[in-house]
Amino acid sequence: MAEICLGLVVVGITAYAVLGGADFGAGFWDLTAGGAERGGRVRGMVQRSMSPVWEANHVWLIFVLVIVWTAFPVAFGSVFSTLAIPLFLAAIGIIFRGTAFALRGHAATIREARAIGATFALSSVLVPFFLGAAVGGIASGRVPVGNLAGDPVESWLNPTGVLIGVLAVLSGAYLAAVFLAGDSARAGLPDLARAFRARALGAGVVTGVAAIAGLLVLRSDARALYDGLTSGGGLAMVLVSAAAGATTLALVASERYDPARWSSAVAVAAITVGWVLAQDPYLLPPRLTLDQAAASDATLTTLVVGTGIGALVLVPSLWYLYRLVLQGRLSHEFEPLDQRFRPTTAGDEPEARR
Amino acid sequence: MADAALLTLATERATGALGAGGGPDALLARRMQALSLAVHIPIVCFGIAFPAMFLFVEGLYLRTGEVTYKALAKRWSRVALTIFAVGVVTGTILSFEFGLLWPNFMATFGEVFGVGFALEGISFFIEAIFIAIYVYGWDRLGRRAHFLAGVPIVVSGFTGSFWVLGVNAWMNDPTGFAVVDGRVTDPKPWEALLAPNLGHELTHMYLAGYIVAGFVVAGVYAAGWLRGRRDLYHRTGLVVALSFAALASAAQGPVGDWAGRRVADSQPVKLATFEGLVRTQAGAPFTIGGVYDADRGEVRYGIEIPRLLSLLAHHNPNATVTGLEVAPPADRPPVNVVRLSFQAMVGIGTLLGLLGLVFVLTWLRHRRLPRSAWFYRAVILAGPLALMALIAGWVATEVGRQPWIVYEVMRTNQAVTRSDGLEAGFAFLVVVYVALAVAVAWLLRRLAAQPPATEVAGDVEEAHA
Repeated sequence: MAEICLGLVVVGITAYAVLGGADFGAGFWDLTAGGAERGGRVRGMVQRSMSPVWEANHVWLIFVLVIVWTAFPVAFGSVFSTLAIPLFLAAIGIIFRGTAFALRGHAATIREARAIGATFALSSVLVPFFLGAAVGGIASGRVPVGNLAGDPVESWLNPTGVLIGVLAVLSGAYLAAVFLAGDSARAGLPDLARAFRARALGAGVVTGVAAIAGLLVLRSDARALYDGLTSGGGLAMVLVSAAAGATTLALVASERYDPARWSSAVAVAAITVGWVLAQDPYLLPPRLTLDQAAASDATLTTLVVGTGIGALVLVPSLWYLYRLVLQGRLSHEFEPLDQRFRPTTAGDEPEARR
Repeated sequence: MADAALLTLATERATGALGAGGGPDALLARRMQALSLAVHIPIVCFGIAFPAMFLFVEGLYLRTGEVTYKALAKRWSRVALTIFAVGVVTGTILSFEFGLLWPNFMATFGEVFGVGFALEGISFFIEAIFIAIYVYGWDRLGRRAHFLAGVPIVVSGFTGSFWVLGVNAWMNDPTGFAVVDGRVTDPKPWEALLAPNLGHELTHMYLAGYIVAGFVVAGVYAAGWLRGRRDLYHRTGLVVALSFAALASAAQGPVGDWAGRRVADSQPVKLATFEGLVRTQAGAPFTIGGVYDADRGEVRYGIEIPRLLSLLAHHNPNATVTGLEVAPPADRPPVNVVRLSFQAMVGIGTLLGLLGLVFVLTWLRHRRLPRSAWFYRAVILAGPLALMALIAGWVATEVGRQPWIVYEVMRTNQAVTRSDGLEAGFAFLVVVYVALAVAVAWLLRRLAAQPPATEVAGDVEEAHA
């Protein structure tokens, strides 16, 4: 039962890393899109792609939290007390990101648009960094069992934490560029598809290099994790991830974006599973094992049954949402997020905006 | 049953899975949690009630073909999506805070109540999926499909409330586990989540959602009404919102009575705190207003109505009502905060019920809206008042639960994090929420400034009636 619950957590983390990660990555491209004129088309595409799905994508994070605190309550309490700083900062970033995204389509002047856009884009980079840093703290064995039993700063501000934080930002940017290139191609906007294709290839190479260099960081900072990732099941998953990442690059290079969506998701899923296998049998290395951390069987059974029944409704609903999205039936007309902004005093508000 | 629980549980208290000895800042942590809830709960009211309202208006459109209805439903759904987006992030903060502020509570009891949040999470998922399909699907899905896409939003709004209140009901009347040597064992999640308090808490809160959302929305159109905006679009907005609010307010009376009697049974000390009743007595009076004086152990300067409390709490004017004296002073909640909040909730709730009655009676007798400008001024005021009653109700029940996080099983100061950086976090959070409030107000004004005709292609009746 504990393994099934861990499986649910892995599914949730993977879905969040792929779908939520891509939404954060879209914010990264928003941040780096350049001036209002030049970046307007990129920002417009980000807005169009994210609007119908970001809320549902975000819920995966909540899903992970509730499964962990139900199935592995002691681990949850230990993690959230020791890693309170990065998790709090991530939560604050989530407020700014979500609110700014909801607001930005309504900006009427270039100044408003700049302020809201910058908030959205900057928080989109900070949230995955801090969440990644928290993961680094757990994976490198710096979260002992107890109410704030670990060091509140060094537990995440260390080579492994920073590495995984940076990788979370990069991989999100990579995924986002792949997805946005596909969305642009489907919307019949070849110039944007080319722009995102170039970004995807660049981000893919940078992410790959950073991941390989990261192994060296892990070797010196988190030896147990390194050993786990370079032997047995951990190694197999690292290789799958690398292969899927390379395949994605090739697919993007040849402009086959739909299969690239799937291979990029496989790359992320494999590394998540690899992480779990690398620290097996521990949930909080180096001491708390999965079995020790697991709640009573009655709880685990109820959780699995309840989630299973929920999935009967949830899975078809998600399928319906993504089908509508991929058919383009929920997308609004593409419009660049730039010259719409004119002073409210211009007198052409609001009819002219239609 | 409650008194028996008092005695048996008194010796069996949970020390916490992360070790005994809590953190230094339980009060600050409570304030942080309360702040976040005070921001989130009003948003939840709109998540509960607004979908039913815009779906009702869309139903009017489908029946009559009048595009004005469509314009209104579309506008409301867009506002609801924005509010939902803010609710997504403020709800995320709450789930983070459970761990950040109360790690020992989560570590100790997560296996007892956690499943409730897992099921709530799934409801939340469904809500997020279908509100996106509904709002972005206007004019793109078939008319029937579009209307049907709205139904899961209403249903999941209810099921989400169901599970969250299941957890809260359990915190107030915990069952479904055993405590052995300070350790929590033998969790029975279903028993915990379907606790006896769930029925009234859920009904009470669900109706509150309709009252708050209904009166706040009605207030917007009442303000327009006073400025002469009385066309079909504004009239529909006013009548629909006011109808939902009035019906819910009327139903809230008996539900409040039910809730009060349940509290009298399951949490007698909390009920005594609501009333500032120190001595256990038969034929207990109900005191309106006044201040509780802890030194004298009585409420001063209030208006005392003999036997009314016994009548309300047990439906018998001579019934015995438990007083605060049964709990040692350290185990009593802060009386004045709780009592004032409780009285504010009951007082405002009564006024809102009367306002709804005026509307319903005028409508039934004359088939029109009231003519007096005072009615519309009262409706404008009713929105903020309903919000106050909502928050006051939560303060009454949650501060009234103190000093326990799990009633009579775990103390709040045992549950709290040992982190000593809460001041900085609290200050930061206040700034963030102020910014959030400003941003949302800005956005809603901007949405309201767009004429209804921008929502639909057809003719919207905007001629002043």
